[in-house]
Amino acid sequence: MTTATYLPDYPVNGLDDAQPREITVSHAPVDQAFRQITRLSGSFVLLIMLLVGTFLTIKAVRAIKSVGLWDFITTQAWSPETNHFGIAALLFGTVTVALIALVVALPLSLGGALFITEISSGWAKSILTGAIDLMAAVPSVVYGLFGLVFLQKHMVPFAYWLSTYFGWIPLFKVDGADPKNPLPNDALYTSSSLIGGVIVSMMIIPIMTSMMRESFSRAPAGEREGAYALGATRWGMIRSVVLPFGRGGIIGGTMLGLGRALGETIAVYLILSPIFDINLHVLQNGGNTVAMTIALRYGEANDFTMSALMAAGLALFLMTMAINFTASAIIARSRSGADSEA
Amino acid sequence: MMTTATPDPEYIGSTVIPTAHLTPRTHEPERVRFSAPMHERLALPGAIIAAIAFGLLVGPVLGLIGGGWVPITSFLWMLVTYAVLTGLTEDFQAVKDRFSGVMISSAGFVVVGILALVIGFVLFQAAKILGSIRFSFLTTDMGLTGPLSPLTQGGVKHAIVGTLEQIGIALAISIPLGISTALFLNEIGGKYARLVRTVVEAMTALPSVVAGLFIYASVILLFTKQFNGFAAALAITVLMLPIMIRSADVVLRLVPGNLREAGLALGAGQWSTVRRVVLPTVRSGLTTAIILGTAHGIGETAPVLLTSGVTNNLNFNPFNGPQISLPLAALEFIKSPQPDMRTRGYATAALLLLLVLILFVIARAIGGQQAGVLSDRQLRGRADKSVRDLSRIENNHAYIKAQLEERRRFHNPTEGAPR
Repeated sequence: MTTATYLPDYPVNGLDDAQPREITVSHAPVDQAFRQITRLSGSFVLLIMLLVGTFLTIKAVRAIKSVGLWDFITTQAWSPETNHFGIAALLFGTVTVALIALVVALPLSLGGALFITEISSGWAKSILTGAIDLMAAVPSVVYGLFGLVFLQKHMVPFAYWLSTYFGWIPLFKVDGADPKNPLPNDALYTSSSLIGGVIVSMMIIPIMTSMMRESFSRAPAGEREGAYALGATRWGMIRSVVLPFGRGGIIGGTMLGLGRALGETIAVYLILSPIFDINLHVLQNGGNTVAMTIALRYGEANDFTMSALMAAGLALFLMTMAINFTASAIIARSRSGADSEA
Repeated sequence: MMTTATPDPEYIGSTVIPTAHLTPRTHEPERVRFSAPMHERLALPGAIIAAIAFGLLVGPVLGLIGGGWVPITSFLWMLVTYAVLTGLTEDFQAVKDRFSGVMISSAGFVVVGILALVIGFVLFQAAKILGSIRFSFLTTDMGLTGPLSPLTQGGVKHAIVGTLEQIGIALAISIPLGISTALFLNEIGGKYARLVRTVVEAMTALPSVVAGLFIYASVILLFTKQFNGFAAALAITVLMLPIMIRSADVVLRLVPGNLREAGLALGAGQWSTVRRVVLPTVRSGLTTAIILGTAHGIGETAPVLLTSGVTNNLNFNPFNGPQISLPLAALEFIKSPQPDMRTRGYATAALLLLLVLILFVIARAIGGQQAGVLSDRQLRGRADKSVRDLSRIENNHAYIKAQLEERRRFHNPTEGAPR
């Protein structure tokens, strides 16, 4: 028995006068109400987001106007009382801490995500996934406490070693450190951007890992098996199928992590000792972030100093939003088609 | 009006499940099973043991390196040993594969290890001081406790009350708003919903301190003119809402489309489909989303710092006067130079951590199941329900049949043939 598929002879496009019928959908009143109510809550959420931006801008205008936008961005000081303040050092410190966090967190979360999707299986997989979620839910004050009591003590010898042997790299230089002194002055190292960055990295590992895990687990099984069938080892398969497929997830997850790291407050607030100069030496005491300055200074605020803090907050807000929108655009593009129902 | 179609009596009750007629699939029994040879399986444990021994040798025994370097040296030695062991029998590709496998697994273990270390450390610190802090820690406030008072005095009752009230208010706002927004994103859709979804996703990473600033600028400066618990609850809401929407959105996306279509095909409207099909299907997932959102919200410190104000006294009224919460109390204790205050800080942080852990375990227990897949107990419940439904349907059926019969006789007293 042979069967063949025939294309039914439709009229050539444009030769018939068939028109698609206008379909009018009318919803029952209760459905209409459902649609309107949910739409309203969607709009409300959107409104909150808009309000956040609007309020910060309105409140920030006064401070920015009084010093000028350019001065506000380039000044390395924070004393609104004398009308001399700017976010240059704050932004620099924020980015420094976030980049350190990223450098620590990226390999760990990449490896962690690959471990969950490619190596572990069964109950180990679900426990690991749960552990990552739990790590995201641990309050930041707990991480801060851990950093303050445990990590500072145990990171200082490492920082000392790094500055002793690699101090010739400007990044690792510590002013006032004397390598010949057999009793190092620990107080030079305890409140550095490095330690702050390591704590923040613990807080961004979960979000990065779960984004990467999600994108890796979407790598099509057919292509995985194809790679194995061509004789690839597991690592060969990961390199030629999983990693290219998950590239969007890796980039997007990293940027989401960066966004989180920029906004981290409490852990950094507990660890860093605030200074208002650009400090290139990441092992040395002193550093600052926008979020931390806000948390430190809100208490002494009169109207004008509050306005200055709002301006700093606005800068932070714009920075994280820009990074996040880019991240979600990258993730959404890499996911195209994956949303369709199976 | 269309005429009511009556089923041909010949076919009533003759519906069969098509798969029952297929011959059962036969599986060929597996004949050979491969596993890695012994020398390959033992290579990694051997390398690990060798590395530990090497680390102990050069560290504590010979004293060549400091204590901090022992794990690092051991790890490097393990990598080298394992690579060499594999290289003895395998080619370069295999060595690369094993090596990367070990690296990836190590990263996984380090991540889990960090989590275990953080949780273990804080709980350990708190357990150490459990002897000096009595149960009264939970039932007294700090109102009459000075900085030098012994540990047996004072507690965090005021913070517990504050946390409960603030999280309660935040949940009361964010649950209805969050779930209806998630429904909007999934059930209604369209361009506007996509915009809302993008904004919500960006909002999940809103810096917490910015949320605090926003509430400070809008609620406190404009309306209340003072720190209070309600403002803190609103700040928590701003942070919790996107997390809740996002996880509810993910859960709702998992509802199989054919369930929804079956509801619509049976003539249900959109709202009835949502209420009777979609929401019951994802009940456990939504509960998980809510609990996880709560766990995140409970630990928020920075926004509360900017909005709720710090107090040592018990304050039941969230609308009037400062009202401290657990994370903020922990922060204030830790910042103090007094060792006893710091001890209270560990205890408070441990309490907070325990709260989050409990919430998390509950969320896992509820949300462990997939959307649309039922546990045994639920299955039994459904079966009971459908038995009850069956008798109702049969009654209705008999009633309708009698009605139709009567009508038919009335209209065509002579024919009586089915139409």
